[in-house]
This record gives sequence, C-alpha cells and structure tokens, in this order.
Amino acid sequence: MDLLRVVGDLYNYWIVVILMMTGFYVVIAQGNLIKKIVGLNIFQVSVFVFYISMSKVDGGTAPILDDSIAVYSNPLPHVLILTAIVVGVATMSLALAMVVRIQNAYGTIEEDEIEAQEGAS
Amino acid sequence: MAITGFALVRLRNLFAVVMLSGIFTLTAALLYVVLDAIDVAFTEAAVGAGVATVLMLGTLALTAEREKIHPRSNWKPVLLVCLTGGLLIYGTLDMPGFGDPAAPANHHVAPRYIKESGSEIGIPNIVTSILASYRGYDTLGETVVIFTAAIGVLVIIGRTRRRRRSGPDEEEVP
Amino acid sequence: MTGHPILRIVSKFLIPLILLFALYVQFHGDFGPGGGFQAGVIFASAFILYALIFGVHTARRVMPAWLCRILLSIGVLIYGGVGVVGILLGGMYLDYSVLSHEPTHGQHLGIFLVELGVGVTVAAAMITIFLTLSGLPGQDEEEA
Repeated sequence: MDLLRVVGDLYNYWIVVILMMTGFYVVIAQGNLIKKIVGLNIFQVSVFVFYISMSKVDGGTAPILDDSIAVYSNPLPHVLILTAIVVGVATMSLALAMVVRIQNAYGTIEEDEIEAQEGAS
Repeated sequence: MAITGFALVRLRNLFAVVMLSGIFTLTAALLYVVLDAIDVAFTEAAVGAGVATVLMLGTLALTAEREKIHPRSNWKPVLLVCLTGGLLIYGTLDMPGFGDPAAPANHHVAPRYIKESGSEIGIPNIVTSILASYRGYDTLGETVVIFTAAIGVLVIIGRTRRRRRSGPDEEEVP
Repeated sequence: MTGHPILRIVSKFLIPLILLFALYVQFHGDFGPGGGFQAGVIFASAFILYALIFGVHTARRVMPAWLCRILLSIGVLIYGGVGVVGILLGGMYLDYSVLSHEPTHGQHLGIFLVELGVGVTVAAAMITIFLTLSGLPGQDEEEA
C-alpha cells in the first residue's frame, strides 16, 4: 500500500516534527524564563535527531574503520552535531547567566511580571 | 521521548522540569546509539544529562522554585504550533526515505572521507579525523565559542555575586 | 552535603576514577568514540561532583579563578599555535602533514595536540561556568 510505504519511509521525520513543535510551544506559550530555556533545549535536541536520522544508512555500522566492515553510516552529520551540542550548551549557559541577572534586577523570572515592571517604569 | 516532552509542558514544579529535561536528553542519547552515532551519543549523554542539568539546577537555586499559574487563554500559540507542524509535515513528503543509501546526503563528500581517511590520516575513528583534520577550522571556531561563553558568563554575573547587598560580600571575591 | 559520610567516602573513591576515565577518553579518541569534547566535559563533571559534595569554597581553593582563566586561554592557544607552527614549517595554516617526517605521523601528532587543546578549554570553561553560576555566599552548604 502506498500510504504504508510513505509512513514507513518518513516516520522519523514526523517524530522530529512532533518534538520540534513541543519545544516551539514551550518557548512561545510558557511565561517562566527557565521553562523557555528548557523548551529551547527540546527544540535543539529535535533538530539533532533530524540530522542524525538522516545520516543513518540501512545495514551500516558506526563509522570506525575496521577491515571486516563494508558499509558505514555517514560520519559527516555526526561531526556537525558534535559541534552543535557543545555550542548549544555554551549558549544555554549564557542564557542561564542572563536569567540570574534578570532575577537580580527585577526580582522575578515570570515574563508578564517583567513586562509589567517595564511598562510601569 | 515525546511523552517526556509533553510532561515537560504541563509540569509546574521547576525542579521536576529540569530533571525531566535531563531524562529527555538521556533518551535522545540512547536514540543516537541506535542510529549508529556513538560519538554523538557519548557527547550528548555527558553534556546534556550531566553538565546542562547541573547548571540549570544551579540557576534554580539562585532563582524561583515553582512556576506561576497563568489564567490567560492558550489557543493562539496552539493554533500557530499546529499550523507550523502541518506545514513541516507537508514539507517532509519529498524527503528521501529513512536509511536510504542513495540519499543526497550520502554522496559528494562523505564517501571520499570514508574511503580516503584510512590512507591519508590513518586513525580508525573517522569522526575524529574529520573533526580535527578535514574540518579543523570549524573545531577552532567552536573552541573559541566555548571560550567566549565562559568569559561571557564571568562578565554577566560578575565576581561579586549580589550587587544589591554590599559590604559582607566583598571578601567573597576570589 | 558535607555531613553525609556515605556520600563523602563514595565520592572520594569515585572522583579519581572519573578523572582517569576522562584522560582515557581524551587519548583514545582515535580508536573509539571519544576525543577532546567528551573528555573535557567528563573532567569538568568530576570537579563539579567534588564541588557539590564538599562545598563551593573548598572547590575554589583547589581551582582558583586565575587558574581557570589561564587554562581556558592555554587550550585555545595550543590550537592556534599548531596552526601557526604549520605555517612556519612551510605548509598552510592547520596543515598537519608538514609537522613530522611522514604525512600520517604529522596527522597523528597534529590531531593529538589539537584534541588536547580542545579538551583543556572545554574542561576549564565548564568548571568556570559552574563555579560562577553557583557560588553564592552562605548558600553552598544548604544546596541539596
């Protein structure tokens, strides 16, 4: 059946889209700043899963050279994602530092209370 | 993983939210192992489930503990999310199948790296050889980014912790 | 945290093992999964474990701020320095083949040095960020 073949080929992308949308929803709809950072983290992880699932080759193994293996999975996205994970944690730590400063400056980390204070000042 | 994600959205206790995000990244690391990306799984487990969770807990200790309950309506973000999700799913209908060896991502450069890496560089781990030698510039940039992030955190938070309280804080400067 | 004897004894046992594992991962990045980033993060997490159990002030005495900053810069300088040495020896920037008498040996040496630089910087950065984000006067004893 054509639909079954389509689902069987593409289900990994749909899972990624669901995860991405969860992260997206957390970022735009929740008011607490730390929850927004966690939502960004979810979004980021879903993008990584997207890349890694694109790099898998049917019947391939991990990309470590060995004489008995003929087919390897594509190592190039692995390198990109490795860099991206570490850069992601660096950005997240900067975001957390800014949350601490906002807490010191405004006394709260809820978005609407901060907007109220900004509007009143 | 999706179940953890949904639970994250609904919870109010921030400590539980941070713990669940650690579990989320750990299941992602398991997924990477299944998908043959062992270097990435290693890094994700170490970074995501280890350091990131600890850093968020540290920030939580400096800020609030629970999230405030919002009485506002939620239908606009939900609509936007569903619309974007629908568009993305429509976009994926053209993508190559899962695990297809003839996908465009597996042509051009990657087969050259796999074939030539043994003779040109001579170390078994292809990912390390690409990271450090073939794409060494990117790794240089990434190291500088980590360096900048650490300096940025030092500058943003500063060496004296709470500036509003002066006096007894001054001897805490290392 | 300092009052729990089980945690203290177990962590005194575990922290050297974690440091050793970090060194193993760093230098065996060529033959299995691993390399600079993973090793740096594991090294930093051993240190963070120490800081969580024994208090941030004790951790500060082991790793003062000036040492963190120097290590941070040394890692980046090692990386850039390998590139410059490549230029001085006649090749291009970050070309490892000219570093030794044979191209593959040059690649091995270059990759080794570069991963070392990356590992040192990542470890120092994570330690710096953690100690900055969690050091508050009077709060490290009650932190759970």
